[in-house]
Amino acid sequence: MGYSGATMSPLNTAPAVSIQKLCHDYGQRKALIDVSFDIPAGTFLALLGPNGAGKTTLFSLLTRLLRPASGSIQIFGADLAHSPGPALARMGVVFQQPTLDLDLTLRQNLAYHGAIQGLSPKHVKLRSQAELERFGLWARCNERVRDLNGGHRRRVEIARALLHEPDLLLLDEASAGLDLESRTHLYQHVRNLCRDEGKTVLWTTHLVEELNADELAVLLQRGQVKGQGPLSALAAAQGHDDANALVLSLSEPAS
Amino acid sequence: MGKTATKLGFLGYWYCFYGVLLRELQRFLQQRTRFLSSLVRPLLWLVVFAAGFRAALGIAIIPPYETYITYEVYIVPGLIGIIILFNGMQSSLSMVYDREMGSMRVLLTSPLPRGWLLLCKLLAGAIVSLFQVYAFLLVARLLDVTPPAIGYLTVLPATVIGALMLGALGLLLSSLIKQLENFAGVMNFVVFPLFFLSSALYPLWKMREANEWIYWICAVNPFTHAVELIRFALYGQWNGPALAVTAGTATVLTLGAIAGFDPGRGILRRKTPGKPG
Repeated sequence: MGYSGATMSPLNTAPAVSIQKLCHDYGQRKALIDVSFDIPAGTFLALLGPNGAGKTTLFSLLTRLLRPASGSIQIFGADLAHSPGPALARMGVVFQQPTLDLDLTLRQNLAYHGAIQGLSPKHVKLRSQAELERFGLWARCNERVRDLNGGHRRRVEIARALLHEPDLLLLDEASAGLDLESRTHLYQHVRNLCRDEGKTVLWTTHLVEELNADELAVLLQRGQVKGQGPLSALAAAQGHDDANALVLSLSEPAS
Repeated sequence: MGKTATKLGFLGYWYCFYGVLLRELQRFLQQRTRFLSSLVRPLLWLVVFAAGFRAALGIAIIPPYETYITYEVYIVPGLIGIIILFNGMQSSLSMVYDREMGSMRVLLTSPLPRGWLLLCKLLAGAIVSLFQVYAFLLVARLLDVTPPAIGYLTVLPATVIGALMLGALGLLLSSLIKQLENFAGVMNFVVFPLFFLSSALYPLWKMREANEWIYWICAVNPFTHAVELIRFALYGQWNGPALAVTAGTATVLTLGAIAGFDPGRGILRRKTPGKPG
């Protein structure tokens, strides 16, 4: 399923992510049911849904931590199941759960990530400086992550995700636990990456207030795609005044 | 697309190993108490336990020793064994810790094959063990346990092979453990039986004198073979059967651990059952 309309998808661009009929279950419990959508290259897309909608499951499938029961995921044309190397090399990931080593310095954390991406120490050094400077943290590069506040740690995680210059950035509830100011900064940084550098961004969240009304979104409810398109249009299509009401309605039990 | 090559050559694999090793060393240096406890444990055995047994337990001339030896001399290879055994378990603890902390997820987003990533973890753990083993041998030398100079060199590959075997066992166990809390059970049901039912503390012929069944259990215990490999290597000698069993077990355990590794395990651990997010 792809986007239609001039604001959604340049027709001549192959999708950065193509998800087709994706299903996953935990025993008897179905977590995802026939989920299909594309993310056009260079697009910011929000994956929106209440807690329990299946966002983390979908994220885990996208990052290959889980294997789908059926269906396929393609990253820039590379099948994630059959060609994981090329697919993962173009992907930068920020997990919901903090994943930095608190006892290592910012620079050591980034060096480790660069190494496991197969990059040379020399290249990693240059890239670490560039990314930490971008996020205003270069001066603190030799401090332990433990000494940073939550907002700065998140910035380090994004800097790390960008270290190997991926074309696709996946963020799972990246603003969780941050105060309003940090969340606003984080959101702005990520929007800029998309606008200025052409990165494709998948931003998973249950907080609709993080998004603009014209933001592209895929709505997920009980493991199924309930709609996709600009947020305001999605709300209007389902008879709601605004996106907040839309997401609230998704949280309510089905009648 | 960025500058990162999607086709990683040999150097990419090497950089990955180097990065994983560096991180293990950095973490090891951060955890000074871990280093101290890894030294104190075998030293307590050597100084206190062995001193007590010295009078009670005479050791006959058995290969690789060419003369009568004191009990302290006998148990040094076994204590090297316990260092690498605990380190292997510590590495698997680190895998569980990594998984809990989430950094294992980051490792698994690497474009390199997962088998290689896990092998890097194993090798890095084995190399970290060497620092502890040589520190222990240095202290043992001060306590008059003086193997020949060549032994300090030949014990290196034997220790690495033994550490790989035990690290692979730890890796396999870590893929079976869901939570950090379950690890205590593993220590009781795996670590202690492996250690006590081996030739680490008593020679096999002594075990046979005591009980035929226990002797056979000790004889088939791969840890016994790792200890014997180290014992012979420490005296510059070659023990083919011990090498074959240790290396073979290491290979089987490593393949099993890689095949059994499930990164999805524990992903939804913090979530309420029935409500995946």
